[in-house]
Amino acid sequence: MKDFQYLAPRRLDEAAALMAEHAGSAQLLAGGTDLLIFMRNGRKSPEVVIDAKKIPELTRLQLDAGRLTIGAAVSCRTVWEHPEIIEKFPALADAATLIGGIQIQGRATFGGNLCNAAPSADTVPPVIVYGATAHIASARGERQAPVEEICTGPGLTSLAPDEILVSLSIPAPQANSGAAFLRFIPRNEMDIAVANAAARVDLDETGETISAARIAIGAVAPVPLYVEAAGAALAGKPVNDGSIASAARIARDASTPINDMRGTVEHRKQLVEVLTARALRRACDRARGEKIQ
Amino acid sequence: MSDTSPKNGFNVVGTSPIRPDGLDKVTGRAQFADDFHLPNMLHGKILRSPHAHARILSIDTSAAEALPGVRAVVTGADFPAVRHELLNQGTAGVLNIREMSENCMAKDKVLYDGHALAAVAADNPHDAELAVNLIKVEYELLPPVMNVRAAMADDAPVIHEDFHPGGFIAPTEKYLPNASRLQLGNGDPEQGFAEADLVLEREYTAETIHQGYIESHVTTVTWDSNDYVTVWTATQGQFALRDHLADIIQVPISNINVVPLEIGGGFGGKERLYIDPVAAFLSKKSQCPVKIAMRRDEVFRATGPSSGTYIKLKFGVKQDGTLTAAHLHMAYEAGAYAGGPLFLGVMSATSRYNIPNIHIDGFDVIVNKPTMRPYRAPGAPQALFAVEQMIDELACELGMDPIEFRMKNLMRSGDRLVPGFPLAPIDTEKMMETVKAHPHYQAPLEGANRGRGLAYSIWFNIGEISSARMQVNPDGSVTLATASPDLSGTRISLAMQAAETLGIDVEQVSPTVSDTQSIGFSLPSVGSRTTYSTGAVVCEVAQEILKQMCERAVLLWETDAGQVSVENGVFSNKAEPGQTITFNELAARMFETGGPISHHRTGHTQSFIPGTAAHLVDVEVDPETGKVDILRYTVFQDVGKAVHPDYVEGQMQGAAVQGIGMALNEEYFYDDEGRLKNASLLDYRLPTSLDVPMLETVVLESPNPAHPFGVRGCGEISIAPPPAAIANAIYDAVGVRLYSMPMAPRKVCAAVKAAEPAKAA
Amino acid sequence: MSGKSLVTATINGEEKQFLCEPRQSLLEVLRDVLYLTGTKEGCNDGNCGACSVIVDGVLLDACCMLAVEAEGSSVETIEGLATGDELHPLQRAFLEETGLQCGICTPGFLMSAKALLDKTPRPDEQQVRHWLAGNLCRCTGYDKLVRSVLKAVEA
Repeated sequence: MKDFQYLAPRRLDEAAALMAEHAGSAQLLAGGTDLLIFMRNGRKSPEVVIDAKKIPELTRLQLDAGRLTIGAAVSCRTVWEHPEIIEKFPALADAATLIGGIQIQGRATFGGNLCNAAPSADTVPPVIVYGATAHIASARGERQAPVEEICTGPGLTSLAPDEILVSLSIPAPQANSGAAFLRFIPRNEMDIAVANAAARVDLDETGETISAARIAIGAVAPVPLYVEAAGAALAGKPVNDGSIASAARIARDASTPINDMRGTVEHRKQLVEVLTARALRRACDRARGEKIQ
Repeated sequence: MSDTSPKNGFNVVGTSPIRPDGLDKVTGRAQFADDFHLPNMLHGKILRSPHAHARILSIDTSAAEALPGVRAVVTGADFPAVRHELLNQGTAGVLNIREMSENCMAKDKVLYDGHALAAVAADNPHDAELAVNLIKVEYELLPPVMNVRAAMADDAPVIHEDFHPGGFIAPTEKYLPNASRLQLGNGDPEQGFAEADLVLEREYTAETIHQGYIESHVTTVTWDSNDYVTVWTATQGQFALRDHLADIIQVPISNINVVPLEIGGGFGGKERLYIDPVAAFLSKKSQCPVKIAMRRDEVFRATGPSSGTYIKLKFGVKQDGTLTAAHLHMAYEAGAYAGGPLFLGVMSATSRYNIPNIHIDGFDVIVNKPTMRPYRAPGAPQALFAVEQMIDELACELGMDPIEFRMKNLMRSGDRLVPGFPLAPIDTEKMMETVKAHPHYQAPLEGANRGRGLAYSIWFNIGEISSARMQVNPDGSVTLATASPDLSGTRISLAMQAAETLGIDVEQVSPTVSDTQSIGFSLPSVGSRTTYSTGAVVCEVAQEILKQMCERAVLLWETDAGQVSVENGVFSNKAEPGQTITFNELAARMFETGGPISHHRTGHTQSFIPGTAAHLVDVEVDPETGKVDILRYTVFQDVGKAVHPDYVEGQMQGAAVQGIGMALNEEYFYDDEGRLKNASLLDYRLPTSLDVPMLETVVLESPNPAHPFGVRGCGEISIAPPPAAIANAIYDAVGVRLYSMPMAPRKVCAAVKAAEPAKAA
Repeated sequence: MSGKSLVTATINGEEKQFLCEPRQSLLEVLRDVLYLTGTKEGCNDGNCGACSVIVDGVLLDACCMLAVEAEGSSVETIEGLATGDELHPLQRAFLEETGLQCGICTPGFLMSAKALLDKTPRPDEQQVRHWLAGNLCRCTGYDKLVRSVLKAVEA
């Protein structure tokens, strides 16, 4: 590996100034589970590495009146060990417990997973269906963006070279709301999704009708994909196999997977339909108050 | 843990004591190859071809040499033309040393993605890596040949202008520009098929797989000014490494000492050298010790995986279940150079059944992949994936119980195997009866998409040359050295055999693995041979030690030769009833009779000792995703005699899980240009702890007459049945046959989908 | 380029100072600078768990962390698992239950299992399998390895 300068700023403005100074040659280091590997195999060779983990805004995990803020450098393990997150945002816990093994979960972060912009990123579909907002800072100021607008292609994001993803914030879930995330891997652990799907449903007070839904799928398009039409098709529909199947079909039709070492087009399309349907069923069950780990 | 009480007349054999090397392994103190450091040691890194098939036009190392911290650079030009192109390995066949040298460092052509073509030694591994990346190579790209059928096609690009046919155990004959051939058979297949009531023809494929040991290949080499070369590494065979290295670097064998360090898994993949000659030349040029540690991607791209295959079967059977004829077309990848595991695949394909009319047409096929090397029961899993599915399919077609069908055609001791020699003594009927009576076979299997599968294997364990040296020390302790690297607990199983023979406690025996200067020649720890073959030699040495100790007692007691006997570690004088001396007491008095006793022996044991294994598996298939989950697994294996039952079970379980990985997910994935895309432990999917349940083991012990305690060896066979057993279970679960290994979810899903319209109709 | 940094960290309960380049991983420094070679390298990309260590109470792969990040941290490695001559119950169980064969993955499994028992003192088989899934073993098939952890729980 090429040597580099390691900096560990303790304030956000300090980090923003460093990112501006070294724009283009600096990389933010969160968990490092992707970045260090890319630096080792030459895919990335920054001259400056800026550690994000000493900056309070990036390491904060906070529930405030039901609204969740996940600092960009908060580890997956911190998320899945949080009892209130497991209860209120189960799809986040679903994803956080699936990434790598326990060792990787202790390091890998939601922010890093998003900025790494892999089409298969497991934490991204859940934050999309929860309607998360990305908070972004730079020496030029702060801005916000819907999380589904961050990834623009494999390994590419809408962040400028001097920008820092600070946190993701998620509004408090409504009553009778449930969400789930599922992925398919050939093994039972330690794998990259062949396809994944997250679903969130808001049910009416009877628990029989879907008032709103959001669906996002992964590893089947150049970016984790928010399938607005699939969610929209469920609004006002009863909770039953027919409505779930048609939403899953829309998700399948929205997918544009490729053949590679991890899966074939045909298998990925099949999987994304199956996973969307299963995630929807699980989300509905959770909305009705069932505890499903 | 097994019952540790002695039984069947044994005091030590059959118990499960704690291994002597265990303490260092649970505390982090054990010294594996990468844990070895020398003062002033440099770090070597290797430039590898990104192309599967190309001519090397030029290599420019000037930028690398100019980088600060770089101490030496070598290329194929530094590798001399070898003196002995062909090395006669006796029963192991003939090795082509020139090819072995070029596999370590290409000269004119690169033959696979990962083929080494230059190397750098620098002060630290990072700078060595940066320097390697500064080397400029010009290539003329040639079309890659990536599987056996492409390589055997009429218009296939020719990989070697000429090649020496492969000779792994049995010689083959050159047949096509990229393939050599081995034919075996008996009877008249045409006649046999005419007699059959049912004839099935099927094709099976398997992808290239890797042994997947967790420790990479690491070596440290010094080449001193007297041309003495010392190698510290993890190897399955320090003598093979020494002899091959001598021919490649052209120094006398006696100038080389290979010191085997702890080895972190091998499974057949660490009996060949890759980086040692490179480190040797870097050391010679830099005049410093040089360590080379392969990265994980290099291990996948450039060591010795196991063959992808194409197997076409035609089997004929009578209505009553009697097999009448078989034709097997078996094509095994050899990789870049000839000499893959073809013969063992051919040998084990039908070894369980008497088929009166049979023809096996085997092909050792050169392709643009790394040179295939043995992987635990080499060639057998691929062969059984085909044949044991065929057997199951025939039994299903005839409506016969799969065990009854196998019993009908069962090979028994003395029956003639396809290569012509008889099956050595083993109780094959008892194996079948044990499976049939087992609760797992009897238990009803309930639930949708669940199925049960069986596969059965006979595999042949190797004997041949082993060495052992024993010293009795004045405190009664015994030093036991062998030349057999310990992959998984063989030091304890050898110490136990020594203790059993000597009649002493196993704690008194200190077993070690020696370097090549300290002990006689031995074949590597391969072929399930260490506990059996080296064990037999250890027993012979122990007998000789007892004989010498009896002679010493004769001197002490001033009695007549032949009057002293020994039993359970107590020497007694027949001429003087009541006069006894214990092993320890006698050891303490050796100086009175000529000094401490030692004995060294290089012995030879019989090969092709059969072992049997049957595997029973229950699976559940998710027909929507194609995922196969293992619900229950039982391994039945005849090991002759389990010296250390816990480690025997560990071998059975470990082999089974490797077979499960191969069955379901493991495969080399090459792109159209012949680049390996999944050279990592992320995408080459070894099973994790969540992928398998506990594995029940049933140990059978029908003694091997070629070993004093009946040991057969047990390391390899249980890797062979899982793919076929799982394939048969998938069929039982969802009614589809998978003819392509691995039976990855994408394939299972596609097969289920393809069968749907047929089912509906 | 940037020269070496002086890092102060607590290693197995003892404060240590070491010099390292920013590009050196914690794994590299443990093995090649501090000569604590019990932590093994299996893949160097976070996919085998052979380099599992516990940093500030969190189990992680030492190959996926820079050594400079360890400044001020407390690092536990296999070398610190036993207390003097007294083996940790996990170490004893691995020996008695033959939870190892070649031994290269053993330190990583022991550290992972230790982290599990620190958090969940009485795990069931499924919890053990889930927690150990980030560690690859090619020899045992996991049966005796998982049994070893369960045995240590009983102890």
